[in-house]
Amino acid sequence: MSLTAGSRPEGTRPPAAVEEPTAAVATAVVKERVPRKAGKAGKVPWRIRLRRDRALILMTLPVIVLLLLFNYIPLLGNVVAFQDYDPYVSSNGVTAIFHSPWVGVEQFSRMVDDPLFWSAAKNTLLLFSLQLVLFFPIPIALALLINSVIRPRVRAVAQAIMYLPHFFSWVLVVTVFQQVFGGAGIIAQTLEDHGWSGFDLMTDADLFKYLVTAQAVWKDAGWGIIVFLAALAAVSTDLYEAAAMDGAGRWRRMWHVTLPALRPVIALLLVLRVGDALSVGFEQFLLQRDAVGVGASEVLDTYVWNMGIQNGDFSYAAAVGLVKGVIGVCLVLGANKFAHLLGEQGVYQK
Amino acid sequence: MSLNTQLVRSLKAPARPAWEEPPGRTGLTAKGGLLVLCCLGVLGPLWIVIVTSLSPKPVIDRVGGLVVIPQGITFVNYTELLSGGQVSRAIMVSLGVTLFGTLFSMTVSVLAAYGLSRPGSLGHRFLLMTMMATMFFGAGLIPTYLLVQSLGLTDTYLSLILPSAVSVFNILVLRAFFMGISPELTESARIDGASDLRILLTIIMPLSRAVLAVISLFYAVGYWSAWFNASIYLTDQQMMPLQNVLIQLVQKNTEAPTGLQQAVRTGQLSALGLQMAVMVLALIPVAIASPLVQRHFKKGMLTGAVKG
Repeated sequence: MSLTAGSRPEGTRPPAAVEEPTAAVATAVVKERVPRKAGKAGKVPWRIRLRRDRALILMTLPVIVLLLLFNYIPLLGNVVAFQDYDPYVSSNGVTAIFHSPWVGVEQFSRMVDDPLFWSAAKNTLLLFSLQLVLFFPIPIALALLINSVIRPRVRAVAQAIMYLPHFFSWVLVVTVFQQVFGGAGIIAQTLEDHGWSGFDLMTDADLFKYLVTAQAVWKDAGWGIIVFLAALAAVSTDLYEAAAMDGAGRWRRMWHVTLPALRPVIALLLVLRVGDALSVGFEQFLLQRDAVGVGASEVLDTYVWNMGIQNGDFSYAAAVGLVKGVIGVCLVLGANKFAHLLGEQGVYQK
Repeated sequence: MSLNTQLVRSLKAPARPAWEEPPGRTGLTAKGGLLVLCCLGVLGPLWIVIVTSLSPKPVIDRVGGLVVIPQGITFVNYTELLSGGQVSRAIMVSLGVTLFGTLFSMTVSVLAAYGLSRPGSLGHRFLLMTMMATMFFGAGLIPTYLLVQSLGLTDTYLSLILPSAVSVFNILVLRAFFMGISPELTESARIDGASDLRILLTIIMPLSRAVLAVISLFYAVGYWSAWFNASIYLTDQQMMPLQNVLIQLVQKNTEAPTGLQQAVRTGQLSALGLQMAVMVLALIPVAIASPLVQRHFKKGMLTGAVKG
């Protein structure tokens, strides 16, 4: 009873006239919580912690259920890669798994013998290395450029314009490119008006790899500068001042102060990019498959889509997807490990 | 102070530090030129698309394609597209999916982010790992497709929302932000007897408006731009969202949206003008929304750095 009323100074709280005093105190006692920090030390039994934290656990559950349903359960579905899966042996796609014959690693040996698979793998790696060389440095350069602009308004406007394409869908980006570089596009027309022959970048299989890289740059290079700008904002001006006192000019300051400050971010992003090497983008290639031909535009992701969803060869496609997924996980984990070795945080902490 | 001097002052650069040498004429020109070039690279194509969509058919025909210099602005393409038919329906579908999808994603994400943001709560480490593990593996296209199909979601709008409703990255951003809010605030509320839900609604969320706006934009843009789920899970053309209609129009070289083909054939409307108008309709929402929350992007992106 002495828990509440008596000791409180008058006037700090309006008196709870309507409530019965005993009931109020009783609820106060029940509601008095075990502090969460004590829970961390492991002194509080889990029963009490469960009671205390049930609201938090309930709040987390919807997301956990969604992830279990759409990420974990399909993970089990990968067993169709070891089957000769036939969706029609049962009324339901999932129960059909239990009725389909097991074939061991047959789908995987099919994959190894399949020249189309190797061509898709080759395209994927080629596009990845191209993006690494042609895409990766651009946001850094743009961030340095923006960072050297002093006027806040100019900065804000330039940033707003450069961020914009990131929020456009791939459908829009590809369409814009088609209208500019395509056979009926603005460049082709201008050339024709001046007596040049036809020009159609969009259907040129040889130039396709540069085209998609250009699209990626147009869409996301501006967005990529955010993280570099943040790193630049964190550089102490004292360093610049000291360098200037020592006689370093504009370029020397950039070389000896700015770039070293960016180094950890660059290393981290590079490592993470490598971890994502097998996912060069999917929608972009699917959208332009018809125009440019399968030979140049097929990457592993579109190959899985084509074999599985278009051709209905679910087991084979799942096998390809599984191999891609496993290598992908290894690359991400390896890259993250490497990021830790560099002393960076990586995607998750140790 | 006159308005004019005010304007000049606001445009003037802030004081340059004494050690920094003033920029040379060539340097300034090169830098300005590069900046203008970058901005033109983004805005140029958009300008052409917008101007073409606003041009009447005779102008488009005379130029022989895309229009660069506006002449005789008309809204006829838009009024035709928006007066019912395939494109109007697709816009309603896209708006609906974006609205409900964003609402749903935000609700579950904010709840989960708060649920995981109280250190020392029972099982939060396990739940967090369960969530974060999905950032490293994807289940694969085929099993996901089979699952969605056997859940009976194909040909329902739920198939456009549920499979991609949760972005773990977004939840981590929210969580990091919630954890950054001073614990004194929540503790004092707790002493006053507030429940977790109440703390979330009355203390945490009002203080996180900026990051909530950014994450909502990310989710909304995701839903608005999505076409792939619709392309594999929907078979009914009537249900297709705007992006899919746009693909059909421009990629598959269909002349004009169903219902307007007659008008194109009889020469009242230009197929190209209509296509460009659909593009503008698809880009308007993002072009309006993203500058509004632009100043919060940096915060939203950087609080994403995970704190174990």
